[in-house]
This record gives sequence, structure tokens and C-alpha cells, in this order.
Amino acid sequence: MQPFTTLTGIAAPLPIPNIDTDKIIPARFLKTIKRSGLGKNLFDAMRYRADGSENPDFILNQEPYRKAEILVAGPNFGCGSSREHAPWALLDFGIRCVIAPDFADIFHNNCFKNGILPIKLPQEICDALMEDARLGANARLTVDLERQVVVRPNGEEIHFEIDPFRKHCLLNGLDDIGQTMAYAPKIDAYEAKRRAAEPWAFA
Amino acid sequence: MGEGTAPRTLFDKIWDSHVVERLPDGTCILYIDRHLVHEVTSPQAFEGLRMAGRSVRRPDATFAVADHNVPTSDRSKGIDEPESRIQVETLERNVAEFGVPYFPLMDARQGIVHIVGPEQGISQPGLTIVCGDSHTSTHGALGALAFGIGTSEVEHVLATQTLLQKPAKNMLIDVQGKLPFGCTAKDIILAIIGRIGTAGGTGHVIEYAGEAIRDLDMAGRMTVCNMSIEAGARAGLVAPDEKTFAYLKGRPYAPKGEAWERAVAYWSTLPSDPGARYDTTVTLKADEIVPLVTWGTSPEDVVPITGAVPDPEAETNEARRAAKRRMLDYMALTPGTRMQDVAVDVVFIGSCTNGRIEDLRAAAAVARGRKVADGVRAMVVPGSGLVKRQAEEEGLDRIFREAGFEWREAGCSMCLGMNPDQLKPGQRSASTSNRNFEGRQGPGGRTHLMSPAMAAAAAVTGRLTDVRQLVN
Repeated sequence: MQPFTTLTGIAAPLPIPNIDTDKIIPARFLKTIKRSGLGKNLFDAMRYRADGSENPDFILNQEPYRKAEILVAGPNFGCGSSREHAPWALLDFGIRCVIAPDFADIFHNNCFKNGILPIKLPQEICDALMEDARLGANARLTVDLERQVVVRPNGEEIHFEIDPFRKHCLLNGLDDIGQTMAYAPKIDAYEAKRRAAEPWAFA
Repeated sequence: MGEGTAPRTLFDKIWDSHVVERLPDGTCILYIDRHLVHEVTSPQAFEGLRMAGRSVRRPDATFAVADHNVPTSDRSKGIDEPESRIQVETLERNVAEFGVPYFPLMDARQGIVHIVGPEQGISQPGLTIVCGDSHTSTHGALGALAFGIGTSEVEHVLATQTLLQKPAKNMLIDVQGKLPFGCTAKDIILAIIGRIGTAGGTGHVIEYAGEAIRDLDMAGRMTVCNMSIEAGARAGLVAPDEKTFAYLKGRPYAPKGEAWERAVAYWSTLPSDPGARYDTTVTLKADEIVPLVTWGTSPEDVVPITGAVPDPEAETNEARRAAKRRMLDYMALTPGTRMQDVAVDVVFIGSCTNGRIEDLRAAAAVARGRKVADGVRAMVVPGSGLVKRQAEEEGLDRIFREAGFEWREAGCSMCLGMNPDQLKPGQRSASTSNRNFEGRQGPGGRTHLMSPAMAAAAAVTGRLTDVRQLVN
């Protein structure tokens, strides 16, 4: 996993509540056996017209947002299915940070497994950042994970909270599985104990 | 307060008994008892194992089935669609390589993973169950802690049989009293989502309790738990009781003989203790529930079938008002239109929400002796091959076929339109599935969610219909 330390980039405004994972990447694009290549279908229904051409009204089809690396979104972002294809599609497009008032649980979890930082901030702060994201060429935010701040175009710094374990993993690009494997003796011991107490659960 | 002293909820008990290690920041290594795997969210996980030279820690606790993009027409000649075929073939190669039990496409046990787990007795009270699918919450109906995970977590469970998790908050939803005539488990869960919203359960595990929940059969409890995710919760739970035990007894993977007795004794200790604390409590009166349908593109957009399309201008919050305008535009509905005047093109009966034998019986009771309305395509997709077989033994297939419904093979089908079963742009469906998101059932498709009986009623009248007018 690519570490996430600091990121300075174009922030795109997406002021729609309840952006679900079907909106992020529709089910018909999940027929891949790879993680890469999903970016072209990110937000497919909003991004393309029925004839397949780009919808010029959609923010990510406009300059400078074609190169957006940060999304500022509405509440309950990522609700719906557990598909990790949603963060894969965001990442493949180039988005490495999503800022919203809140996120659906599974999507939130999935982001951290892919080096994407989801930042939860109160609605009124998201509203201010949404205005920043509308500044076109000046819609640049800096996200500093170590210091846990978002720096606005006017220089103001906004603090955000993050789970310390997840911060550590993101900063260092750590693979969860390798870390958990270090606890293998504990998992063995747990299994032995449970197997004795609840043999039917291991039959 | 230590374990065994303070009153605990059902969730607390399952959680506590599965913690392998509590890390300093509170993250827990949580043991996973059952891992269900399907073709869409697993290929990248198996590939990850292969690249790291890792094996599946407990193939005996892992079960695989293809469901999301399998055709529901005749499959004896295989899968036409190349990408779907590759995904299913990849699953078959992976389960063979890693030694994971698999229910093949032509096996009667094949079906939607969340129908198959309970049906086979793989899902049991007190277990932790995961799957790379958000509707894993379904298995909570048996008193198991069951939740959906992403593909990285699928790989984590395959390799370690554990997950890194922090405990969820406890939410109690108490559905008091008796459900009125014509109302079903689907109406209960739609009423709950309408009440608390699609983010209402975020960060929580919901325990459903109360007379109306106790009165539900296991299929109904599965319908309710299934849509916990649409209420924003990771998982839903119903305390195991005699109905749960009776449902499980004799199923292929359920404990047998002395193990059964020991299991039941243990399962009986799982219900929440009196005085257990919940972070959030919601109370609903079942006798106030009416048959519900959705009007918008979020499952919280529910309205009584006797009601009308709401007016976005009545919404005070500007973002929500804009969102509702957009929804009505997408759904091609105008405020004030009576829901019963909304004509449908397609009726879909099936999915992990409502694809069990009890659901098909309820739909057949409405379809019996009637005909699908002109111009309507109505399809019934059993949740598994065994549900299909049971329905055929009961003659339900004949009732559906004589009424003009398509009788199809088991799979996820039009719930998410990954296989050829899709709405065409602009088509409107009455659907027993779980999500009415834009494009969910096919690009440009418009979905109204409802119970199986209500969907069957829509099929025979050609419009959204109050099923109470058709049955006695």
C-alpha cells in the first residue's frame, strides 16, 4: 500500500448527500478480477451521457477538476454495498482523500486498506471547504496526515480526528495482514480454547 | 466492570467471546467463525494470497458460491457473458487451489450466498460470520454477528481467520405489538429505515426485539436483518429462541446428536441480559405499520401505498431539497401523484432480502388465479436451487407460470443487474430487493421497493397496488 503522508492537490466539490457505492462504481463494472482500471467508470452515470460521451456538467469533466486528488462530498458518502471497487475506482482516477460530514462504515474501512484518507469534519466546515473546492484553479487543499490538518487556500488550518492505529498504518503504508500474522500464536491458542468449549463451531 | 458482572447485550456477548487480542488503542483482533465467499469480491483477495505466498488458514470454515453475475436462464451450456464467465471460472480455480468448499453452479445448493448460509445450517447463533457483501447482515437473524467486509478484509480473513475491528455501539429497535393484516417483515424494515434514515444506524449493531419481531418466522427475521445495512448499521441481530433452534435442527452443517444439545444450551445463554445497556433505543408500534413502497432513490424514501409522492419544496434543508428534486426527476414522478396510480413495467420477486420459500408462497397467494397485466414483465427468481425445488414441490412454479410470471434459476439477478436481468433505461420496477439507488437494477432504471405480496399485486394490476385490496 502506498503510504499517505501529505497531499496537496485540486479538491473537487460534490455536494450531494448519500452518494452510494452504485453511484461511485455501478455493479456492471465489477466483473473484473483486478484492482486497477476502474477509474474510467468512476461516477459513470453522472460522468457520461447515454451515448457514452462525457457529460460536460459533471465536475470531474471540467478543468482543473479532471486532475482532482481530493473530493469534498455530502453526508453519508459511500453508503450501500461493501464493494472495495469503490475506493479502487477513486484511487485509479487519482483521488486519495475524501472529506465529508460522515461516511458509511464499510466504505470508510475500505478506504484505509487502499491508502485513501477519509476525513470526517462537521457540516459547517465541509460547507466552507466546499466553497474552497469551487475556486477552480485555486481549489487547492493541503492535507497533512502527520499533523492532522487540512490547509485551506487562505492558509487557515483545520484539525481533523483520526484513529491512531489507522493513522500509523496510512503513514507507513502498512499491510494489515502482515501485522496480524505476528499474532499467529495467540490465534492458535484462541482456536484451541474455543474448539474445546464449542466443538460444534469447529465441526 | 468485567465480563460476567455487568449485564451484556447479545452483541456484547458475541463480541467478547471472539476477541483474540485487544491492542493498546482498543482495536481488537476478532476471530471469524464462518467466511462466505462469492465471485465478485474475492478474486483480488485470492490473488493477494497467491502473491504473498499465503494459504487459507481455515478452508473448513470458508464456503464459496457464485451468485452475483450468474445467469438465471438455462445454465446447462455455461455462461455466455465473457467477463461473468471469467469471474466464475476464477472463483472455481481459486477454491480448487486453496481447498475451499464450493457449491457449483449446477448443484441444487447453489444460490444467493445469504440464502445458502442459513439454509445449509452454516450460519448459527453466537458465531461471527463475514462475507464480502454488505447484506451479510442477513445471518444476524439467527443470532450471529454477521457483517459485510471489503476485499482487503476478505484477504485478511482468508489468511488469518480474524479481522481488525473496534466494537460497535449497541442500538435496540423495539417493534412492539402485532403487525396488521397485509403487512410483512419487509414493511417493518422499510418503516424502520424510513424512521431512522439510511445513516441512522452508522457505527451501530442493531438488535431487533419486541413482539412483532418475536412473532416473525425465521425468513421474516432474515428480511429485517438483511436491510440493516440500508439503515446504515454494520449488522442486525435477533436473539436466538425456539424458532431459531427449530429452523436449524437437521440442516446439513448444523450440529448433531450430543453436540446439538450442547450447542442449544450455549445458544440459550446468548440473549441480552435484563438491564443491558444500549447506546440508542428506537421504539416502533407494529400496529401503526401499513404496506410501504419507496418513491425515491434512497431506501429511506418510504411512503404508505395509500399515500402520494411527496413534495420536495416541503423540505427545509436546501441540500436535501435539491436531492429530492433530483430524485423525482430521475424517477419521473410528480409531487402529489397517488402511489397507486404509478404504473410499472417490470416486477422482480427474489434477492437475499425476499427470495426464500416463505416469500414465494406470499407472492403466489396473490398471483394464484390471476394474470400478469398486459405489458408487464414479471419474474420470480428463487434464492437458491433448493428454494426452487421446494417451490416446485409445492406447485408454486405452476401458479406463477399460469399467471404469466417467468420462473427462473437462482441468483442475485435483477437486485443489482450484474447479469443479463436488467431494467432498460426508463423502465420502472416493483421489486422485492433492497436498494432503489439510481441505476441499481440497470442504467436509467427506476425501482420501487416493497414486499413480495405487494410486488405480486403490482404484477397483476400493472401499477403499484395495495395488496389488502386483493386478498382477504
